[in-house]
Amino acid sequence: MIGRGSHMPNMVTPGSWIKPFPQGIYVEPGDFWIDPSAPVDRALVTHGHADHARSGHKAVMATSGTLAIMAVRYGEAGVTQVADYGTQQRVGDVDVRFVPAGHVLGSAQIVLEHQGERVVVSGDYKRRPDPTCAPFEPVPCDIFVTEATFGLPVFRHPDTVDEIAKALATLADNPDRCVLIGAYALGKAQRVIMELRAAGHDAPIYLHGAMQKLCDLYREFGCDLGDLRPVTAQNKADLRGAIILCPPSALNDRWARALPDPVTAMASGWMRIRQRARQRNVELPLILSDHADWDELTQTIRQVDPGEVWITHGREDALLRWCALHQRRARALDLVGREDEDD
Amino acid sequence: MRRFSDLIDRLVYTRSRNAKVKLIADYLRATPDPDRGWALASLTGQLDLAAVKPALVKALIEERVDPELFRMSRNYVGDLAETCSLLWPEPPGRPTPVVVPPLGEVVETLKALPRGQGAATMTTLMDRLDVPGRYALIKLATGALRIGISARLAKTAFAQAFDVDVEEVEEIWHGLVPPYLPLFQWGEGHIERPRYDDIPVFRPFMLAHPLEDGAVDLTDYAAEWKWDGIRVQIARAGGETRLFSRTGDDITNSFPEVAEAMPIDAVLDGELLVRGTAQGNSAASFNALQQRLGRKAVSGAMLRDFPAFVRLYDVLYDGAQDLRGQPWTERRERLEAMMARLPGERFDLSGLIVAGDFAQLAALREGARDASIEGLMLKRRDSLYSAGRKVGLWYKWKRDPLVVDCVMMYAQRGSGKRSSFYSDYTFGCWSEDGTLLPVGKAYSGFTDAELKMLDGFVRNNTVAKFGPVREVTKSLVLEVAFDSVHRSKRHKSGVAMRFPRISRIRTDKPAEEADTLETLAKLITDPV
Repeated sequence: MIGRGSHMPNMVTPGSWIKPFPQGIYVEPGDFWIDPSAPVDRALVTHGHADHARSGHKAVMATSGTLAIMAVRYGEAGVTQVADYGTQQRVGDVDVRFVPAGHVLGSAQIVLEHQGERVVVSGDYKRRPDPTCAPFEPVPCDIFVTEATFGLPVFRHPDTVDEIAKALATLADNPDRCVLIGAYALGKAQRVIMELRAAGHDAPIYLHGAMQKLCDLYREFGCDLGDLRPVTAQNKADLRGAIILCPPSALNDRWARALPDPVTAMASGWMRIRQRARQRNVELPLILSDHADWDELTQTIRQVDPGEVWITHGREDALLRWCALHQRRARALDLVGREDEDD
Repeated sequence: MRRFSDLIDRLVYTRSRNAKVKLIADYLRATPDPDRGWALASLTGQLDLAAVKPALVKALIEERVDPELFRMSRNYVGDLAETCSLLWPEPPGRPTPVVVPPLGEVVETLKALPRGQGAATMTTLMDRLDVPGRYALIKLATGALRIGISARLAKTAFAQAFDVDVEEVEEIWHGLVPPYLPLFQWGEGHIERPRYDDIPVFRPFMLAHPLEDGAVDLTDYAAEWKWDGIRVQIARAGGETRLFSRTGDDITNSFPEVAEAMPIDAVLDGELLVRGTAQGNSAASFNALQQRLGRKAVSGAMLRDFPAFVRLYDVLYDGAQDLRGQPWTERRERLEAMMARLPGERFDLSGLIVAGDFAQLAALREGARDASIEGLMLKRRDSLYSAGRKVGLWYKWKRDPLVVDCVMMYAQRGSGKRSSFYSDYTFGCWSEDGTLLPVGKAYSGFTDAELKMLDGFVRNNTVAKFGPVREVTKSLVLEVAFDSVHRSKRHKSGVAMRFPRISRIRTDKPAEEADTLETLAKLITDPV
């Protein structure tokens, strides 16, 4: 086991073979990039969200789930190489292993080992159960590269079951309206559908056109999403008492105008903040995130117990502060193109 | 407490006014005394709990969370109550189900504590409550809800809950103190409406309809100027004086010199104005009055530079005698007779306009150039003083609006029903160097069909996006109507319009032919 404080005679600085650049993380001894924001010769991709998986790379290594998502979104890619969870592969001078991150279908942490040092690039991750993907596996390491999307102590996601119950109670209370849930088209939408099914809602769920392809893909990977139907110009006005899913951008847009008096809901970790919900005219905030909340971020750091924490994107200041308060070495990486997606 | 926090939570996420009224009405019907009364006090801004101040809440959270992490969180969230409700650590080993005291008990406990001594009580409560509960508690205890509920809306909800007239609620409101037990007893039909003759209370205003078209017969209607200040009611009873705005808000503290000068018990209706030296010590424009509005404390300089007075329109009470059931002519006579008893420095009479016929009146209205005149009022001579707007009794006949042709520059999405439309428009006029400078913002005046057209224009002509705002190509001319225009240091263009609205969409006019800033500035009537 390579752990904290292991002796590294050849290393002046821990992780000096990992080069963070604004456009991504470059791993020198393997000559590859992780989640680069611009086209490169060889990219290792943690998961399929657009701010991590870009098109145009010459060669891509990722899990079969992530490669399938990229194919749906970008069409045929260059050379692809499947990385199975847990299987170690050698890329240049680096041993590489993909481990589940629990974020969305196919999402992975990338475990890198080189000259006795282990670095985990976690990508985006969460710790609570998600019926659409494999759960996060903590891997002890020397350097843990973490996100900090919800890196403020105000972010504590409540129980998923309660949030789903809120949506179903609202639906039952408003038989003359529909419940329109804004949800990120990749991952969040399918998770919401699965959770609704698990809570016993087996009526048809209606989808905005932008959701269809990815739902079909999730089905191919074994997710039983039940009866899904498209929202069409013909049926739009007749959807009283139904749950409808759309991308967050469509919630307040022209597309939603003809729906029968929708209760505007949004499934996102940002819904924890009232003002965020009000800004988007959300009546029914569903606090449901595919990212780790504050407690999960700090718990994960304790658990993998790295010698250093590198923070990629989000509210890095607060997580840096927490690391300082807990005598942990930490630094913020200045990556570009990582957005506060509508998650 | 749970019911109250549930109400606050739902109000926060509700946009439509009617839905808010319904939520509050349902709560007031379903909740027992005194909880509902304390809730109504909180919603109307009448609850003052000296034991808890924002500084105390901040101190409590900083004992529990690293101050630096608190600061970052507060900056991000932007609201103290919300930040603390989210950060408060859940106490270990909390019993389930948690017993939360009812709202009345919470308020009465906090009320009994001396100023600033609420820490222990707040801690116990915060430990027991969930996130929405903590949020509601802090909002309640620090006295500033700021959730978009006006006192008027809460009173309207009461009226709806108990099927009474909201103006009747206004009539007795200022005589009541929380938790308003007599109010609810009356609402539920157990007692007659309470009377408050010995304290100054707000009486609902009589309002006017706009005179749309046609004329009125001047033998039936009296005409007077409509002054451009703020409508006020000055009420004195039992030796105490209060000044109320049109919405019934108590604005006595903003105009102490007027309240102090009221020498007799009476209730009077008039226009609050300030004197301007440029007007020969007569009424200055609304722009000058604005210096005095919304100030809690009034400085000596303010009192000296912008002295306020009331130009009287009507009398509602003379002493304890209610004159509202008398016709306007009678009340006018009483008012004229009262003037001798009022100090001229603070009170004068809005004079009647003598015109031979309606055409002559229209000519007088056209000729009025005084900046403090907004238009004309026409009052039926036999009209009783009745609350609200009753058809055919009083008319307001504003001066024709001024218009300029402007160019649309930016658009922003509306809210509520208009949330999918770009319905708020910023427009500009041409400056000397040929650039467009924004001169105002309007979100009314157009029909639904025109809104669709404008929305389509914005979507098809966007050149940049800034969050919810879109910048558009400078190509669409909007004819903008407004009541007046004033100098403004706050705007780069140096001008500010009063009540701008879109009067026409000039697709026929090229943008280069829109008006210049110079043209607009010529319409300013303020003295330099």
